[in-house]
Amino acid sequence: MYFGLSEDQIFFQDNVKKFLEDNADLDIIRKISKDDKSNVREDIHKGIVSLGISNLLIPEENGGLGLDLLFAAAISQSLGGAVAPVPFCGSYVMAPIAIKLGSNKDQATKILDEMSVGNIKFGIGFSDYFGSRNSSKIRFSDGVINGNTLFVIDTEYATHLLVSNADGVLGMIALDHKSINYVDLITVDKTRTYKEIKFENTPVEILESTIDSTNAIERAIDAGRIILAADSLGASQAMLDMAVSYSKERKQFNRVIGSFQAVKHMCAEMASGLEPCYSLVWHAAHSFDNDEDNSKLMACHAKSHVSEISKEISKKATEVHGGMGFTDLLGLHYWFKRIGLNRQLLGAPELVRAEAAKIQGL
Amino acid sequence: MNLNYGSEYKEFTDKLKQFCKKYSGVHFSDSSKIPLTASFKSGDLQMKRSDWQKLLIENGYFARSIPKEYGGYGGEADIIKNRIIASEFAKAKVPPPMGGQGIDMLVPTLLELGTEEQKQKYIKPTLHGEIIWCQGYSEPNAGSDLASLQTKGELIDGKWVINGQKIWTSTAQYSQMMFCLVRTEPNASKHAGISYLLIPMDTPGIEIRPLVDMTLNAGFNEVFFTDVTIPEENIVGKRGEGWAVANATLGHERGSLSDPNAMMNRLNSLIERMKDETINGEKIIDNPVYIDKLMKIQGKVIAFQSNSLRVLSAKLNKNQDIKIASMIQKFVGTELRHELEGFAIDVMGELGTLYENSPNIRDGGSWQVGYMYFLGLIIGGGTSQIQKNIISERGLGMPREPKVQKGE
Repeated sequence: MYFGLSEDQIFFQDNVKKFLEDNADLDIIRKISKDDKSNVREDIHKGIVSLGISNLLIPEENGGLGLDLLFAAAISQSLGGAVAPVPFCGSYVMAPIAIKLGSNKDQATKILDEMSVGNIKFGIGFSDYFGSRNSSKIRFSDGVINGNTLFVIDTEYATHLLVSNADGVLGMIALDHKSINYVDLITVDKTRTYKEIKFENTPVEILESTIDSTNAIERAIDAGRIILAADSLGASQAMLDMAVSYSKERKQFNRVIGSFQAVKHMCAEMASGLEPCYSLVWHAAHSFDNDEDNSKLMACHAKSHVSEISKEISKKATEVHGGMGFTDLLGLHYWFKRIGLNRQLLGAPELVRAEAAKIQGL
Repeated sequence: MNLNYGSEYKEFTDKLKQFCKKYSGVHFSDSSKIPLTASFKSGDLQMKRSDWQKLLIENGYFARSIPKEYGGYGGEADIIKNRIIASEFAKAKVPPPMGGQGIDMLVPTLLELGTEEQKQKYIKPTLHGEIIWCQGYSEPNAGSDLASLQTKGELIDGKWVINGQKIWTSTAQYSQMMFCLVRTEPNASKHAGISYLLIPMDTPGIEIRPLVDMTLNAGFNEVFFTDVTIPEENIVGKRGEGWAVANATLGHERGSLSDPNAMMNRLNSLIERMKDETINGEKIIDNPVYIDKLMKIQGKVIAFQSNSLRVLSAKLNKNQDIKIASMIQKFVGTELRHELEGFAIDVMGELGTLYENSPNIRDGGSWQVGYMYFLGLIIGGGTSQIQKNIISERGLGMPREPKVQKGE
């Protein structure tokens, strides 16, 4: 019995962390976030893809690494910890899972092969399935897709989209078609980008197995929720670390503020909330591949519980920094906003908890 | 990550499950006075507490790794088996072995630091529930700052003579013995002046005054010592080593105050209550506001349970670094349990305030008792505030409070 990350997982996680420390420090994140026209963002993406993060979940027979979701969760912690300006959850986790489970064998082989060499990259538009807003509505008919989908995830380098209708049928769309209309959304978190995408008689290839089964989209969403939780976990740990280290340096009343119990107790509360989140996220990721009966419940709780804890930490860690926490000088807000966005993606906590109750028959 | 206990545990688990099936719902003819760690719906099978303890030991489900010569089962120490036993007992609603401070704290201390005579004399009857122990640590002026305790022990004519007062002494009124911290070296420094003594509770000069707590049970007592005289050999460790002896067992107490199996059982009972309880004809379980709060708590309980698996893993895999995962258990576990018990009261509304033997009471009033009892545990064994000091100082490396200078 061993509960925790393996040496390989920690090694991979540290590689990603090291790469981001060297190539995407806070100054670079700040620059990228301010309408930067240079290629820095692309270069970071290329570099991190060369470490293998795009191929984690693609089977070995298709040229991928054939690893499990716990591996991906471990990597996601590092990405969140560094507020990495790269796509991950949609393109490299949800997409390969949806393709594996939703396509027929020939479709899957063809697509996964192309994904493993980087010729196909997916953005993900599933919001019609788990919670449509602004009456956006996706319709498939006679080989075309119509309607619009809000909050498409991971469009930065996407060549294709996977889009769901309200029933969980998945369609694959090549993004180079002239009938597609993009609207850039501007969120608080500039480290990742989101779009609204409108289709008008755009050609679509339906993933065959999703016509009469929601398994593919359900599994992809479960995985996505765990990965988002892991991202917030990494971001929260970074914020707590910054708060603790600031409190050991900043002096008031001739003492470092970290020696005041008011400050110490805030930090202890953050740590006490966060520590069980590691176990919850890893347990959920492990269940995804090894205990399918419980995996949906675990994924829901990982997403909603970590969202609550990280929201609390993003507030308290900022407060420990006093006025400086509120400024762009220290840049805590990049983590604050990343946590804020992760919380809403693939379902806000209330929505996910309602789902957790439903799957238990409550 | 590997959550399988391995095939070697399969046979053990199968046998254990049969045992649990047989004894599910067993209850005791002689336990009314002693607070148990959990209460269960009674079945038909009734037996004496001490017979139950003996049965569990014979089968290796209690005192597993304590040597046979001291009344234990004499097996290898095996954390996984202990975990399987606790979890199967909880699932099958089999009452756990008797706990209490003698079994949880004194026995491990004697095994580690006691003399051969002390082990022979005390361990077996303690395991059987024939000697009940109470803990004499806290004093009116020595709570969170325990090492400032002042109860005095003097060695006069080869006997310890004890004078002073203890407080918060659970089960003193039922106990045959007390393990007690006493200041025996008045000229030594604060921590170096304490000894760990074993005091028979029927010694003349001991007065026990019940301290009624907010649950209206006299769970605690004040214990007064006036020239209480006990044999010189009733000391564990050497003179002045009492602080170290006591610290060997404080860890045991903190771990035992926040049992994730018990927490999961209570959560399941809460869900059952929500299915039964109606308001204006609507089941509480169908009300989305209550459901959301229930799911919030369930998420916390599952996270806490996963955390305890990680702590277990670190005990099995010596090189695993789990940072502060074990340090937070007392704080997180007792606060969460208090929240859970309190939410059940909200589920019942006005009926949740019913107490004792009131008409219309639900689940024997156990939710109010639990709600208050766990507030007691948030305070006892190192308050949540003391826990936060420990977490921030030892876990996060934050500086200690500066010492207050005299005259300030």
